[in-house]
Amino acid sequence: MKLLSSPAVRVGLSISVATGLYGVSFGALSVTSGLDFWQTMALSLLLFSGGSQFAFIGVVSGGGSGIAAMSAATLLGMRNGIYGMQLNALLHPTGWRKYVAAQVTIDESTATSTGQTDPAEQRRGFWAAGIGIYVLWNLFTAVGALAGSGLGDPKQWGLDGAAVAAFLALLWPRLKGREPIAIAVACAVATVAAVPFVPAGVPILVAAVVAAAIGWYSHGRSDEGLEPDVEPYRGHHHRGAEHRGGEDRQRGKGVSGADA
Amino acid sequence: MSLWIWLLIACAMAYAWKLMGYFVPARLLKDPRMSRVAGTMTIGLLASLTVVNTVASGQSLAADARLGALAAAAIALALRAPFLVVVVLGAGTAAVLRMLGWN
Repeated sequence: MKLLSSPAVRVGLSISVATGLYGVSFGALSVTSGLDFWQTMALSLLLFSGGSQFAFIGVVSGGGSGIAAMSAATLLGMRNGIYGMQLNALLHPTGWRKYVAAQVTIDESTATSTGQTDPAEQRRGFWAAGIGIYVLWNLFTAVGALAGSGLGDPKQWGLDGAAVAAFLALLWPRLKGREPIAIAVACAVATVAAVPFVPAGVPILVAAVVAAAIGWYSHGRSDEGLEPDVEPYRGHHHRGAEHRGGEDRQRGKGVSGADA
Repeated sequence: MSLWIWLLIACAMAYAWKLMGYFVPARLLKDPRMSRVAGTMTIGLLASLTVVNTVASGQSLAADARLGALAAAAIALALRAPFLVVVVLGAGTAAVLRMLGWN
């Protein structure tokens, strides 16, 4: 098939499989956090943003309130708005496509698209990764949720340890350089300090305020922290890929500047 | 029931962020401050969620098998293991440590 000869589509599909697979861990952790099957599926179908979904169930499983879970998920979703601006400038979707594109605007579809240089490939990469991940992520969420509800006592299986590992794995690719590590440490310390004094869930929001203040007053890279959970071009460009994402995002800005 | 309400609000807010990106005037992109805040907040929130899930038990701090899961995950990530392997190793480490009597 002609589509499969497109490099962006191939990258998009392989990133779909890699990302979709870890939907299993989301599904299993979600039902053991106390959400039911349909609540778990609603998060994957409607919210559809890995970090925010894990944040929501992470707050709930720690005993946090619904409003704290919603707040943490919403703050983590802010970066998708930034991706939307970049993709709008790159792809110019029109009509109903804009509303569909918005739903599949996440770390991985953005990274797959901005990693390409040809406009047609950027468009194919975005849709291949976006639609592919959406379908597989939801499928594997269902598999994980069904498997997880049959597990019995989640602690016996170390599922609380799985949650810890999942959050560290989401954080890890974003710790490139000294400043992101310093931000992570500052927010970790703020969290530990806040735990005994405020209700469950709120320490995460305290950390968000600390991180936002650092971002507002510092002068680091403007795309710091905006790395995908699974790097689509890892192995293709080795270390160069890290900088490539940044440059392409800068270029995306240039394009929009020309439009304005 | 109230969890459903907050869950659906979270879904609506997530879509609102995404959609806003497509309707905000492109020149706002020239202000790098907003994307920097989005980026540092992502790092901060994920760091905080990692720590909360490792050492918090409600409103108190605890050192238990989850610390072992954190260490195992860090080693696996340093060795560039894929996401799912990291998660399974985290679970396995916590389960084994608990079996050995460390809560």
